Amino acid sequence: MKLRQKKTMTAYLFLIVPLIFFIFVRFFPTIYAFWLSFTDWNIISPKMNFVGFDNFRALFADSVFMKALWNTFKYVLYGVPLVLVLSFAISLLLNNIRKGQAFYRLIYVMPYITPLVAVSWVWRWMYQRPPVGVINNLFSFVGIPTQRFLFSMDQALIAIVVTTVWVNLGYCIVIFLAGLQTIPKEYLEASKIDGANRWQVLTKITVPLLNPVILFLVVTQSILFLRIFTQVYNMTDQGSGGPLNSTKPLVLYIYQKAFLSFEMGSASSATVVLFGIILLITLLQFRLLKRRVQY
Amino acid sequence: MTRSDRSVRIFSYTILSVLIVVMIFPFLWMAFSSFKSTAEIYSQSYFPENPIIDNYQEIFNSSLFLRWLMNSAIIAIVTTISVLFFDSLVGFTLAKYQFPGKKIIFALIISTLMIPTEMLVIPWYIMSSRFGWLDSYWGIMFPGMMSAFGVFLMRQFMDSVPDDLLDAARIDGMSEFGIFVKITLPLVKPALATLAIFNFIGDWNAFLWPLIVSSTPKMYTLPVGLAYFSSENLMRWEMIMTGSTVSTIPLIIVFLIFQKQIVKGIALTGLKG
Repeated sequence: MKLRQKKTMTAYLFLIVPLIFFIFVRFFPTIYAFWLSFTDWNIISPKMNFVGFDNFRALFADSVFMKALWNTFKYVLYGVPLVLVLSFAISLLLNNIRKGQAFYRLIYVMPYITPLVAVSWVWRWMYQRPPVGVINNLFSFVGIPTQRFLFSMDQALIAIVVTTVWVNLGYCIVIFLAGLQTIPKEYLEASKIDGANRWQVLTKITVPLLNPVILFLVVTQSILFLRIFTQVYNMTDQGSGGPLNSTKPLVLYIYQKAFLSFEMGSASSATVVLFGIILLITLLQFRLLKRRVQY
Repeated sequence: MTRSDRSVRIFSYTILSVLIVVMIFPFLWMAFSSFKSTAEIYSQSYFPENPIIDNYQEIFNSSLFLRWLMNSAIIAIVTTISVLFFDSLVGFTLAKYQFPGKKIIFALIISTLMIPTEMLVIPWYIMSSRFGWLDSYWGIMFPGMMSAFGVFLMRQFMDSVPDDLLDAARIDGMSEFGIFVKITLPLVKPALATLAIFNFIGDWNAFLWPLIVSSTPKMYTLPVGLAYFSSENLMRWEMIMTGSTVSTIPLIIVFLIFQKQIVKGIALTGLKG
């Protein structure tokens, strides 16, 4: 009994500093963010009034917020399928080869660990007009007319998606490859003996067996695109999410609300909306995982 | 090997090699351009015809890049050490001790994984301004001093350390903290390495919070400094590329040294959130 008490004491002694940290740096701030979202507080005024759902109502009536929300969904809707299809195709190809597999994989992973700010500026430069923009130079070489990319309201968001896909590709490839390598060789050989062609093997065996992996990547990549900020801040003029808010995502909206106009209450409400969306996607993943994983 | 297998392989190699060019080109383009003069930047050359190192001299002499490099190094190293120590201590305690409240504490820590950083930056900012932490190293570092993900990872690995080993050490009269440091930590070195590398990379690249909390250029981290420097030198692309190269090189070195752990780490855990 004494030993047990001593062990409990030791455990709590070890945990005391981390507990203080998690409570004061993670838990309370979360509760505080929720609380702020129901107030009209800006940093200048000393008074903080409870305003109920006023902030949320104001947000959904704000055309810039709605634009940012819609842009955020666009990032997800364009980015996630693109990165998943590309990385799946590449990992299938990588799975076909032995020699050099590690080398190729390494190169694909490199953008993922490179500072995103540096990546953004390099791509921003590549997207420029001629004569400095290398992509436009390449286009004119093969006869495609000059594109405005980041200066265009229609293309800017897609240009940022392409850069982000370039960054995240390696991560997805590593996960897919790890998944592919867990598929027992016997399954593939048996299906071949049964006369299945490559396409049938892919759609009837590989993809179904990879379902949990695909689901994991859909969720993590969706969350990543929902939280997009650094690229947009660095690739658009003065970090504005322009031209004319056409690339502004939710997090940039939050950043501007909170730290440029100091409307902490309404900015917090926008973070609650973001949190709600992320929570929804995560819960959906758990639901689907429960149903789908058993094979 | 059948004929069709061989053609599949040739096909794979071809496509992969073409794509590799797309992956690697921005890096080469960045590095090459940092050795070009302003005039050459506008002349559409690919490889620098008259390579110069003036851009590097200029960037280190007339901007705060060295200071930003130092800031980033200090911040990444200190937070990584803190994360390694505390996360493995918590992981060890949660894996190897039975005590009341254990499950609640674990659930509490893990549940914080659900909360996006973007939601916490506003409360952190208010907290920092109340306590006078704005524009300081501590202000930049404090949110990352421990990570819930690291706790989760370390607990998994600590679980596999045999209890008999710990009991034997206890009989030899070793203190509980001594058991943690001398017996357990050496056994989970691979997990520690993974955690250290990813934490270091994450801290080095972090942008949103350092951007918010630092206000004078001398407190900027490398990414915030690079963003500031680039928007100050807009259109001077050779300087921006020099700055980007300077911020990327430390990570490329880390990457080349630890490539195996990094690839394994991604496959193992799916990090970086």
